[in-house]
Amino acid sequence: MSTVDTTHDTPGNDGPGPDSPGATPARLTPGDVVPVDPGHGGDDSHTGVANAKLAMWLFLSSDCLFFGAFIATYLLYRDRGGQTGPTPKDVFSIPFTSVTSFILLMSSLAMVLALAAIQRGDYRRFRIWLLATALFGAVFIGGQIYEFTEFTRKGLNVSTNLFGSSFFVLTGLHGAHVTVGIVWLMSLWGMSMQGRLTQGDAERVEVAGLYWHFVDIVWIVIFTVIYLLPQP
Amino acid sequence: MTTVTRSLPKTSTPAVPLRRPKATTGFWSWFTTVDHKKIGIMYGAAALFFFVVAGVEALLIRLQLAGPNGTVLTASQYNTMFTMHGTTMVFFVGMPMAVAFGNYFVPLQIGARDVAFPRINAFGFWVIAAGGIFMYSSFLLGGAPNGGWFGYTPLTSTPIAGGALPGHGPDFWAVGLVMLGIGSTTSAINFIVTILNMRAPGMTLMRMPVFTWMMLIVAFLTVFAIPPLTAALIMVFFDRNFDTLFFVAAKGGDPLLYQHLFWIFGHPEVYILILPGMGIVSEVLPVFSRKPLFGYSVVIFSGIAIGFLGWGVWAHHMFATGLGPVTITAFGLATMLIAIPTGVKIFNWLGTVYGGAVKLTTAMLFSLGFVAMFTLGGLSGVMHSVVPADTQQTDTYFVVAHFHYVLFGGLVFAIFSGFYFWWPKIFGHFLDERLGKINFWVMLVGFNVTFFPMHILGLTGMPRRTYRYPAGYGWTGLNQIVSVGGFLVALATLIFVVNVIFSAVKRKPAGGDPWDGRSLEWSIPSPPPSYNFAQTPIVMARDDWWHHKYTEDAEGRLVALPTGGSDDDSPSAAIAKVNAHASEADGRGIHLPSPSFYPLLVAAGLPFLGYAAVYQDIYYLIPGLFLLLFGIYAWGLEPGTEEH
Repeated sequence: MSTVDTTHDTPGNDGPGPDSPGATPARLTPGDVVPVDPGHGGDDSHTGVANAKLAMWLFLSSDCLFFGAFIATYLLYRDRGGQTGPTPKDVFSIPFTSVTSFILLMSSLAMVLALAAIQRGDYRRFRIWLLATALFGAVFIGGQIYEFTEFTRKGLNVSTNLFGSSFFVLTGLHGAHVTVGIVWLMSLWGMSMQGRLTQGDAERVEVAGLYWHFVDIVWIVIFTVIYLLPQP
Repeated sequence: MTTVTRSLPKTSTPAVPLRRPKATTGFWSWFTTVDHKKIGIMYGAAALFFFVVAGVEALLIRLQLAGPNGTVLTASQYNTMFTMHGTTMVFFVGMPMAVAFGNYFVPLQIGARDVAFPRINAFGFWVIAAGGIFMYSSFLLGGAPNGGWFGYTPLTSTPIAGGALPGHGPDFWAVGLVMLGIGSTTSAINFIVTILNMRAPGMTLMRMPVFTWMMLIVAFLTVFAIPPLTAALIMVFFDRNFDTLFFVAAKGGDPLLYQHLFWIFGHPEVYILILPGMGIVSEVLPVFSRKPLFGYSVVIFSGIAIGFLGWGVWAHHMFATGLGPVTITAFGLATMLIAIPTGVKIFNWLGTVYGGAVKLTTAMLFSLGFVAMFTLGGLSGVMHSVVPADTQQTDTYFVVAHFHYVLFGGLVFAIFSGFYFWWPKIFGHFLDERLGKINFWVMLVGFNVTFFPMHILGLTGMPRRTYRYPAGYGWTGLNQIVSVGGFLVALATLIFVVNVIFSAVKRKPAGGDPWDGRSLEWSIPSPPPSYNFAQTPIVMARDDWWHHKYTEDAEGRLVALPTGGSDDDSPSAAIAKVNAHASEADGRGIHLPSPSFYPLLVAAGLPFLGYAAVYQDIYYLIPGLFLLLFGIYAWGLEPGTEEH
């Protein structure tokens, strides 16, 4: 009988084996070249989604509720009366934030191109697009740091009013997610430079990409709720 | 993606900073193991330890309340005791114990060799252990949590300078629970991926054992319930430490927001605790009634229904807060509704036992005890859907009685049933049945003596969470009875511990299939080999192992197949021997995930980060971040399975 390997451990850690065909996850021996078996592929005892990817989808669905709780809190508090201190109208610069948001969304495009490049085995373009993704993310974070500094200068901080508390905590946690994403992408880039990330590991990039796209999509919601809804 | 272009050259096996641990036996191997069975045992041992700790806290509470004007504890110590009793029972006993059984038996029941992410599995356990050590270290460092297990704001969210609660208690509580959330979420994701992706061929969803099904539902509930709690805890922590205004009513903040966020977690949490118990009982009753579970798919679908409806009833914990008539009507109705799938299951269990060849083993007794006690708890539970009644019962001992009937009479009885049922599989020897039956009866009597009078105490107005009561309120006698009952429960637990030791010494050996079981875990030797199944089983039916052993004649009577059977010395036990023999031969070729240091290292970083958060001290941050980052990177570079 064939041996079984359960190396599909962390997202993006499949060990030095071949890649894992989506249809038969966790049933491969390193070194085996197993085509998708028509008898078992897509049968009734697994979903056909690779383990690491499924786990990332589950984590992201969990994270949705995490952000959801803070977004709901922001919405609950945005039209509370009797607040003192700066209001959104006093501090927001919509054009500036729109530009950094656009850059963040473009990073998703770069991420898609990076994944496509490593799937073709084009490592040079993969690294370029991966760097571009991380760079765009860093520009967004830079914009956020500038924004936070600017708001603080205008007299808004976490303890000024409910807007300050809910705004800084929500966008700060999103910024922390983007920062983790940048570190992750740069780690992949470093591995690629050392030749440890090959076409066979494209799934690791794909999983990181899922996370990155999620963080972008959440920003679309946050940006709409905080900046674009007519201010009370 | 479907074609393999080339393998990595062997030389690229990354240089991992620490030498890979090799040992899979011996004391130190437990710290690096990634075997789901060993991790399951560690979860169980940790949960049992915390069960005793929480029990001691409960006994101190009962000593304090044994008479009017108790002097055993000060008010502040009493606050600590009921807070830590509740927190420990929910987060360090209930959840880890379910995960313990799940870890051990879900892969066995679906015919898998391990879970999908063995190292993340180990990480989950170490995070829970680290979280427990972190939270209990608060007793020595600046005050234990004292704001109640649901930590209502603004009591818990007022900064220390505000003087609402002395010490760092709520900080330890909030940070510790965030850690537990990390552990629970990772283990839940692991369960879902394992169950959805790693079933043996032919193991369709509707052939899965009910326990595995319930763990799947619980895992989904955990994945979605933990984040609102984490969010609420972050807000509490920020309010306390960084002067945010989330729950500061004077500045427009809304303390009720916390209650909503907490109970959006908290009510699904109730089902996270009880559904595994329902799963265990649904395994035990059919085996000892020698009948298939009555209405298998109804049990599954009502479990799923509970999983969905569980999200729509949270505000029944808040009826006394003045939510308005429309809201309370909606939540009252939803609460009545959720009693239906729960009640359906009771009838399924009764239908399973009815007309069966019932064998009253200890495991069976505990399961029957579960059905009876849980029904009582369910009845007092559905009373809370009647809002006017609930408003009277809120914060009285009636509520305390209700949730102990559900969680102790329900969950803990199911856990003990699971102990007696699966002990032979896990350790290869039986727990003593005579001591077991004494254990059961003492626990059943002790439990009812403890918690039944609380209904009456509650209805006569005794409020929960008061550290003393005056004489002459008519509460003295019943409280004395309750305290005696508490010590009976402690005695029952002691009998169990004695039984564990006694049975380990006596070692009455159990074969692979001591109970004539139905699901796949009984088809392999006890204790199972590290690779579980020598050959991946191919599943043809629900209760597949049973159908390997029995068939029915024309009149529907059971007929043992020549290759099947129950008795260890019957000729049919030969199949198990053949299986075991095959295992020895085949086991060598099976590639198992290798042990690893890094799950433990990464988890060990978290308490340091926790202390850094509580004390806002950079010196704790440095070792915490170092362990975390070093662990994660080394983990990332380490292959899951070492090449031989």
